[in-house]
Parts: sequence; structure tokens; C-alpha cells
Amino acid sequence: MFADLPLLSLVIWLPIVGGIVVLATAKESAPMQTRIISLLFAVLTFIISIPLYSDFQIGTAAMQFVEHTPGRPWIAAFNIYYHLGVDGISMPLILLTTFITVIVVIAGWEVIKYRQSQYMAAFLIMEGLMNGVFAALDAALFYVFWEAMLIPMFIIIGIWGGPNRVYATIKFFLYTFFGSVFMLIALLYLYFKTGSFEILEFHKYKFGLDAQILVFIAFLLAFAVKVPMWPVHTWLPDAHVEAPTGGSVILAAIMLKLGAYGFLRFSLPITPDASQHLDWLMITLSLIAVVYIGFVALVQQDMKKLIAYSSISHMGFVTLGFFIAWNIHKSTGSYAGAAMGIEGGIVQMVSHGFISGALFLCVGVMYDRLHSRMINDYGGVVNSMPVFAAFMVLFGMANSGLPGTSGFVGEFMVILAAFKANFWFAFLAATTLILGAAYTLWMVKRVVFGKIVHEKVAQLQDINNREFLFLAVLATMVLLFGIWPAPLLEVMDASVANLVTHMTQTKL
Amino acid sequence: MPEKIHSLYIWIVLAPLFGAIIAGLFGKKIGRSGAHWVTILGVAVSCIMSLIVFKYMVLDGGKPFNGTVYTWLVSDGIRFEVGFMVDKLTAMMMAVVTFVSLMVHIYTIGYMHEDPGYQRFFSYISLFTFSMLMLVMSNNFMQLFFGWEAVGVVSYLLIGFWYNRDTAIYANLKAFLVNRVGDFGFLLGIGAVLMYFGSLDYATVFAKTGEVSGKTMEIIPGNQWSVMTVICILLFIGAMGKSAQVPLHVWLPDSMEGPTPISALIHAATMVTAGIFMVARMSPLFELSETALSFVLVIGSITALFMGLLGLVQNDIKRVVAYSTLSQLGYMTVALGVSAYAAGIFHLMTHAFFKALLFLGAGSVIIAMHHEQDMRKMGGLRKYMPITWITSLIGSLALIGTPGFAGFFSKDSIIMAVGESVIPGSGFAYFAVLLGVFITALYSFRMYFLVFHGKERMDEHTRSHLHETPWVVTVPLIMLAVPSVIIGFIFVGDMALGNFFAGAITVLPEHDVLAKVAAKTHGAVGMLLHVPASAPFWLAAAGVGTAWFFYMKRPDIPAMIQQKLSFVHKVLDNKYYADRFNEIVFAGGSRLLGRFLWQRGDVKLIDGLVINGTAKSVALFSGFVRHVQSGYLYHYAFAMIIGLLLLLGLFVLPLKN
Repeated sequence: MFADLPLLSLVIWLPIVGGIVVLATAKESAPMQTRIISLLFAVLTFIISIPLYSDFQIGTAAMQFVEHTPGRPWIAAFNIYYHLGVDGISMPLILLTTFITVIVVIAGWEVIKYRQSQYMAAFLIMEGLMNGVFAALDAALFYVFWEAMLIPMFIIIGIWGGPNRVYATIKFFLYTFFGSVFMLIALLYLYFKTGSFEILEFHKYKFGLDAQILVFIAFLLAFAVKVPMWPVHTWLPDAHVEAPTGGSVILAAIMLKLGAYGFLRFSLPITPDASQHLDWLMITLSLIAVVYIGFVALVQQDMKKLIAYSSISHMGFVTLGFFIAWNIHKSTGSYAGAAMGIEGGIVQMVSHGFISGALFLCVGVMYDRLHSRMINDYGGVVNSMPVFAAFMVLFGMANSGLPGTSGFVGEFMVILAAFKANFWFAFLAATTLILGAAYTLWMVKRVVFGKIVHEKVAQLQDINNREFLFLAVLATMVLLFGIWPAPLLEVMDASVANLVTHMTQTKL
Repeated sequence: MPEKIHSLYIWIVLAPLFGAIIAGLFGKKIGRSGAHWVTILGVAVSCIMSLIVFKYMVLDGGKPFNGTVYTWLVSDGIRFEVGFMVDKLTAMMMAVVTFVSLMVHIYTIGYMHEDPGYQRFFSYISLFTFSMLMLVMSNNFMQLFFGWEAVGVVSYLLIGFWYNRDTAIYANLKAFLVNRVGDFGFLLGIGAVLMYFGSLDYATVFAKTGEVSGKTMEIIPGNQWSVMTVICILLFIGAMGKSAQVPLHVWLPDSMEGPTPISALIHAATMVTAGIFMVARMSPLFELSETALSFVLVIGSITALFMGLLGLVQNDIKRVVAYSTLSQLGYMTVALGVSAYAAGIFHLMTHAFFKALLFLGAGSVIIAMHHEQDMRKMGGLRKYMPITWITSLIGSLALIGTPGFAGFFSKDSIIMAVGESVIPGSGFAYFAVLLGVFITALYSFRMYFLVFHGKERMDEHTRSHLHETPWVVTVPLIMLAVPSVIIGFIFVGDMALGNFFAGAITVLPEHDVLAKVAAKTHGAVGMLLHVPASAPFWLAAAGVGTAWFFYMKRPDIPAMIQQKLSFVHKVLDNKYYADRFNEIVFAGGSRLLGRFLWQRGDVKLIDGLVINGTAKSVALFSGFVRHVQSGYLYHYAFAMIIGLLLLLGLFVLPLKN
């Protein structure tokens, strides 16, 4: 029924059009109208994205819902096409994007007091651009979406951000832009060699180790900043702290995933030999992220900073899972387990989208009431906000990787796979069991539990229906994917298997 | 019949979960009595069905069941499933868990009736029952780990139930984190199982033990370790956390900050025995590594002996019982270490009844004393609360191993089994468990005399209000007292000394110490006839006698000893300084490291030097370049001339050579 519609184009352009409509029809005197229009577009986009899952063909690694205009290039001079398509790796991420955007629109409902139409429009436009990144099969198109996406985020932090927003915005922009430039060079190199910007052509292109390493490093600079991997992570805590709640949610839930997605779509299949050659570097950086950042998160006083560091630590699992294939082969003589590592990484990406998003929303709920993000300003919140406290404890537990929540699934799979590669990889990765619980639950203890620390906390109002709605929806997702992750694994299985084949075949 | 019975399992698990969800989400709507009715109904259904399953497995000789409920996920060709494995071991655990849970549910009506968090409490304990059942009924490691962590979370929530108490929310975080240290090892153990067995399914894993037992792995380069030893020790580290074995025992005494019903249910009868259950379940693996068994044995004996000693100096009634629990868990672990798994599990069962009884008895005392827990302010309570008194006496007699009571059969089986064992460490273990008997009797009856006999040391107001607790409290006490007396006599011949667990527990012939014990004792009656010649009996009697002499006859003596041995007392009073050590080294060290990495690494090095440093050097450079662009024509002309000369020089100079 939906097969005839250009679904991918719709999930890209509908929110962008929505953003323009919101801007055009906005009246400062009628904020409700703006909100409703924004919500309408967000929900509509989400509904349109559902058939991407329900009509998805399981068991094939081929691109699906493809939109391609052979012989009719977008920019003929450079052989650039408007070419879209998804496989089992990108499809879940598009659904995550459309889902989280709805949440973000609801979360920004009454909270944003000025320039509301621009705020909503920025999120809608950004949604379209992010979907474009996940759906693009043409590298130039990918790059356009990739860079364009920075602009709305730049605006969101720069206008609705905290007091130190200018520093944070510029740091965010320069950091990511710095990385992206190298990616552009790599893409141009591949274009000159293959004569096309087709990503799938890049996958097939065979070239030598030295060139591969250079291309790999160029990609790495772009993607590592986005993920972010240690040591190029320091923009993230600053950006999160200054960003408005919605901005933090999108940043944590989707933007970080773009970097990880880049590794899957570009680095691993295009430069498999370089990936193998430099896997020690990737594994080292990933494990540093898990352990080092875990300790750093422990001593944070600012809740948003704490969750930001926690994000970096959790993303360490993603990159660890992606790059252990060759060590598994070295240790066991076969690649069995490599796919589990990658799938664990992808599950972790999706799950982290829900959990970190939810935690940032929780901080937002408290910030809206007390205008502080500092742990020391809270204490005994459960006394005045029991329902909120229940959510906070649930998401805290999920962030600690509790079985039964989605936070467990990815970590579990990556640790199991990492054990096959090397005992010490698993050992260091598993320290998150202790560290993750320590920093998350210690924060929960200080903020939620205990006696009421001062009068302001006593007067806190528990969450309203709107806040209950988005927290409950996220809680449902966290529990659903914790109890039954099979549907998520099912869709990605063939694509990941195909990726492993690509990764493990030398191009030399 | 068999098909029908298998369809019960899912409902046994789900009934308490439904109760928990209804009481948790709709607690306000259904009210206090609604909450306790719905959860008690859920657990009662679960309990009755568990007893049916127990009857089917034990009396009707039912076949073990192993089946899948649903596929959790499939990755890389490996299926992770949620399913049940029900054999006699499981059936016994299910019966014990649901029965004690049901008693605790009923008891809670009385214990918590004034508490504002009434519905929440019922929701939690039902959720706990669900989690514990998932744990014991699991047929694979993934689900085992789920149950394992889920009971940990509920324990966390319940220890911190009174969230306004600073000590409670400190204790629950501590409990969770210490357990996580154990789970860290456990998860790595699961990783090793998947790597070497290629599956997390119990049946598949156990079938492949032969293939794996000879393999070695290299964790530290140059050292080949037996895979089986590595797996077993890693799994056992998990058990050390959950079952509070030294040095991961530190959380259990603090967990007493939670309400007493959960101390009985979670921190005595069921959850803390999960580690014991797990090792018994994994007996096909542990049997293949004598190194791991020795490790288990030594840890267990240290726990049994040294935790018992701490019970001697506690004044808080619940803490005495808590240290007693630690010590008894040590006994069970010792049993596992000498391959007397059946005796360990048997002790687990008897202990569940009498320790739950002791805790609930202590709770009954606490209610009567208006939430006073200091034994120095009690005394002579037997006159005021006869049912609590008699049942607590029964619990104490069972705990110290009075001949005929449940604890006698289980503990003596363990001690005799240790005596027969020859694996490394069994000599020390035998000494520890024997001395432990004396200590157990001493602290148990110290508590008993201080609480129920002697001078009434409470204030006048409390004394005037003393009375027996309501029936919802005393009925569970009586219901638990009955098995505390009889269950040992009934089952010892089968469970500990017979082949009750055949098929569920594997013991290699050369490790089978229980067979030797059985050959010598000839069942329950034989054990009783053997009493006059058995050391444990006289040691226990001496313990009771000493307690009577110290705390009834000559109360001045303990104070004198305390003064004379002030150093020993100080060490015991500070719990061997384990808490202090952990706080300074682990908690403090982590915070220090975190601060160092953050301030030095992130802030100073990466941001300060590299990021902002780059920005600064760009600014510096542009500042310099700006000076060159002075705007004066003669500056530019001069620069052009210098440039021209340089270029010419570069062109001319090489020509000379």
C-alpha cells in the first residue's frame, strides 16, 4: 500500500517543508498554532516512516525503498545523483530519528518561551537532514546533508542555549567542521578514482593499503569527532551543557549515531584492510572511552555533563563492537562473533538514543522547575515528585545496563563478542558494569533520594501530563527492547552479515 | 498430565509479576487492602502451583522439563532464548521461594501497616518473587543473568525503601555496586561460556563439558590456564557478590537498613542463596576444576568462620541475624567446595525456613519494641509475646543444629562431608566449620537470652505497651516454625544423602563425599543415633552453655572480656576494617582518579593545550601577521625587495656548485 510512495524522500522533505510552513505561518501571539503544526508534521513524518519497518524485506542485504534516477543526475558535471535507499543498518536509525523528533517537539511545547516557531522549525528541518544522511546512497548527497545538519544545531544551541552558549557553539562547529573537511577530501579522492559518488561503488573499489590508510584516517577524523571518541570528545560536554533540552536530546540520541553510522557505511566496507591494520587504534580508543570517561563521569557535578560523559562512555561500546572482528579471527580462527559485535554496537546506538534522550529530558524537567543542573542543588526530589522519581530511577537503571532494559542488550552482545577477541577487551569493557552503575546511581541517590535539602525542592510540582507522556513513551521503548530485542536484530541481520563479508575480504 | 503441568510454569512466573504491576501502577486506585490482596493472590497462586510442581517432580517422579518460551534475539547464528528448565532442584527452589515469599507477604500486612509506602512495598516484594523465579527456573545463562540482576535491583529498591534515611540510601547504593563487582566477574564468565561452548543454553553447555574440559586459555601471556577453571572462578565471583562471600560480603550487614520483611525474604531466605543455587546448577562445570572447587571451599570457610565471629559483638538484633546469615552462607559455600552440592542446597532450604523465621521473629520483637533494635534495651520479652518467643527459640535451635531440628541434619551433613573431603583446603575448612558451630550457638543464644530472658531493660513507656503482635505476624511465624522443625528429618535421607538431585546435580565419583557420609550414617535416624559421639553436638551445647553463663549467670564477664581483649573487640567492632578499606581505597580512589583524569586530562591537556591552544596559537599567529600588514607603502616595498633578493639568491646560489 505504501510501496508506491517515495517514502524516503517523504521522511526527508516533509519535515523540511513542515519547518518552512511553521516559519511562514508563525505568529508570536499564537504559539499554540505553531506547536500544533509542528507536532502535526513530526507525527506525520513518524507515521510515514513506519512502513519502512513494516514493509522491510528481512533476509536481504540489498538496499530497499530505493529512489534513483539513472541517467538523470542531480549535478551532471560531477556525476552526482539523488540516490536514496536503506538497509537494515540505516532503517532503524531513521525510525529512531522520526520517533525522537516527535518526543522533542512535545518536550519543547511550553518550555520554549521565545522564538518558538524558529525553534520548532529548526528541529523539523534538522530531522529531514538527519534522515537524509541515513538514506543517502550518493556520497556527495550524503556530504551535503551531513554538513547542512550542523546549521540548525548551531542555531539551536546558539539561540536557545545557556549563558556560555557562544563558546560551546563555536567549539561544536569548528570541531565537527574540522573533521568533516577531511572526509570531503577522502570522498573526492574516491570520486576521482572511481568516477562516481556512488557509495556502493566505493564499497567495490579496490585500492592499496597506503591509500586505504589515508582514506581511513580522513574518515576517522570526521566520524570520531561526531561519535565522539576520546580524545576528540571535549566538545560534547560543553555543547550538552549549553544546549536547550531538546537540543541535548537530538544531539545524544541521533547526532552521535551519525559518526558511528559513518564507520559502518564508509570506513569498514571501503577501507577494510586499513580498518584491520588500524583496529588496535580503534579498540584502544574505544576502551579508553569506556574506562577513562567512566571515571570522569563519576566526579561530575553538573547532571548534563555527567550524562554527556556517560554518552561518550556508552558510545565506546559501539566502536569497540565494530572493530573487534579481526581480533576474533586472530583468537579463534573464524569470524564467528564479529557480527555479534557489530549488531551489539547498533543495538547500543538505538538503545542509547532512548536512554540518553530520556535522561536529558529528566534533567530538563528538573531544570524547568529549579533552573539548575547542579547535583548539589537537589536532594530528596522523590518526596515532592514521586512519579518523576520512578522514571528517573528506571532510566538510571537502564543507563547502568540493567537486563530487561534496552541498555543491557547492546553492552551484553559487545562484551560477549569482545571476550572472543581478547579476554582483556572484555575485562575493560565490562568495568562499565561497575562504573556505569556507580556514576548513574550515585547521581540518582544524590538527586532523587534522601531528605529534602531545601524549601525549593519541597515545593516542586510533580510532572504534568505532557511530561508524563513523553517519559512514559520512552520508558515503554526502553523496556520493550530490553525484553524483546529480536525484532530489531532481525532487520539488521542480513545487512550486518553482508558488511562482515565486505570487511573480511581484502581489497589488496 | 505432564503436558498440563508444563503449562503451569509460565503462570507461576507471571502471577507475581501481574500482582506487582497492578500494585505498583495502580496502587493509589486500588488502595492499601487492594494492593495486598492482589499481590498475595498472585504469590499464593504461584505458591500453590509450585507445590503442585514439587509434588509432580518428587512424589510422582515427573520428568524434568526444558523448553523455550520465546526467542529473545538471534545474533550471529546464536539464539538467545527465554525458557524454563524445571527439574527437582528447580522445583525445590520454586517451592521454597514462593512459600517464604507468601509468608512474608502476609507478615508485611502487620509489619508495614502504618507505612505510607504500603502499596509500593507490596509491589516490590512481588516483583522480587517474579525475578527470583526467573532466576531459578531459567534454562540458560542470559536469563539467569537477567534474574540475577533483577533481584539485585529489587533488593536495591527495598534496602532504600525508606528513602529519607541517609543510611538506607547509602546502604542500597553500596549493595548494588558491590553486587555489580560480582556481576562483573559473572558476565565475563558468561562470555567465556559462550566462547568455548558456543551456546548459553544449559543443556547444550553441559553436554559439551567433555570437549572443553581439556582446553586451556592464555589470559596472561605465557600462562596456560584451564578454561574450566577460568569459567568456574569467574562465575563464582558472581556468586560471591550475590551470596555475600568474603570479600564481597560488605553489603549484606548494611542491607538491614531495609524493612525487616525483606531482610527475611531477600537477604536471608532467597536472594542471597542465588549464588549457592547457581554453583549447584553449574555442578557439571565445577566438577571439572578442582582448582575452582578449592577456591570456593577456602572462600566459604573464611566466610563461615570470620563472619560468625562478628555476630558476637553486634547489639542490633537484625545485625546479629545478618552476620549469622553470612556465616551460614559460608557453610553452604563450603559444601559446594567439597562437591557436596546436595548438602549445600539442602542447607539452603532448611536455612530459608529457620532464618526467615528468625528474621520475622526479630521483626515481631521490633514491632513490639516500637522500632527499637538495640538488644541492650530489651530483655524478658518471653512473658509479653509467647508466640514470638517460642517460634524464635525454635528458629535458634534449628540454626545451631539441635538434634532433630532442620538445621541439625543439613549442617551436620555439611560438616561430615567436609570431614570426608580430600581436596586442597578441606583441612582448614573442617576446622572452620567445626569452630563455627560453637560460635553460631554462642551468638544465637546470646541474642536469645538478651531479648527474651533476663532483666527487662526497656523504658517504662515501652514496657507498658508491650504485647504480642497481631495474627498476620504470628501466623507466618508458626507456619515457618513447622518446617524449621520437621523438614530436615523428612528430607535428609533423600536430598542430602540420597540421590534426590540425580540428573540436576553432577558429582564425579572421586568427589562424591556425600556417598561416603551416607554409607556411614544410614539416614535421619542414623544421624540422630550418632549424636552423642559427634563433635558438632558438643560444640553447640558448649556454645549455648557459654551464652547462658555469660549473659544470664554472670553478665559482668562479657564486659570484662571486652576490656581485656580490647584490641580484638575493636577489630571485630570495625568488621575487620573492610568497610573503611573499601571506602578509602575503592570509593575514594575512584573519585580521585576521576578528578585527575577530568581536570588534568580533559580540561588541562585536551582542551587547554590542544583545543584552546590551537585557537590561541591561531590568534597569536594572526596577531603577528597583522603587524606585518602595517599599511605603510615603504614597508611593503622593503618586503618586496627582500623577497626579490631571496628568490634571486635561491636561483643563483645552487649554480655556483
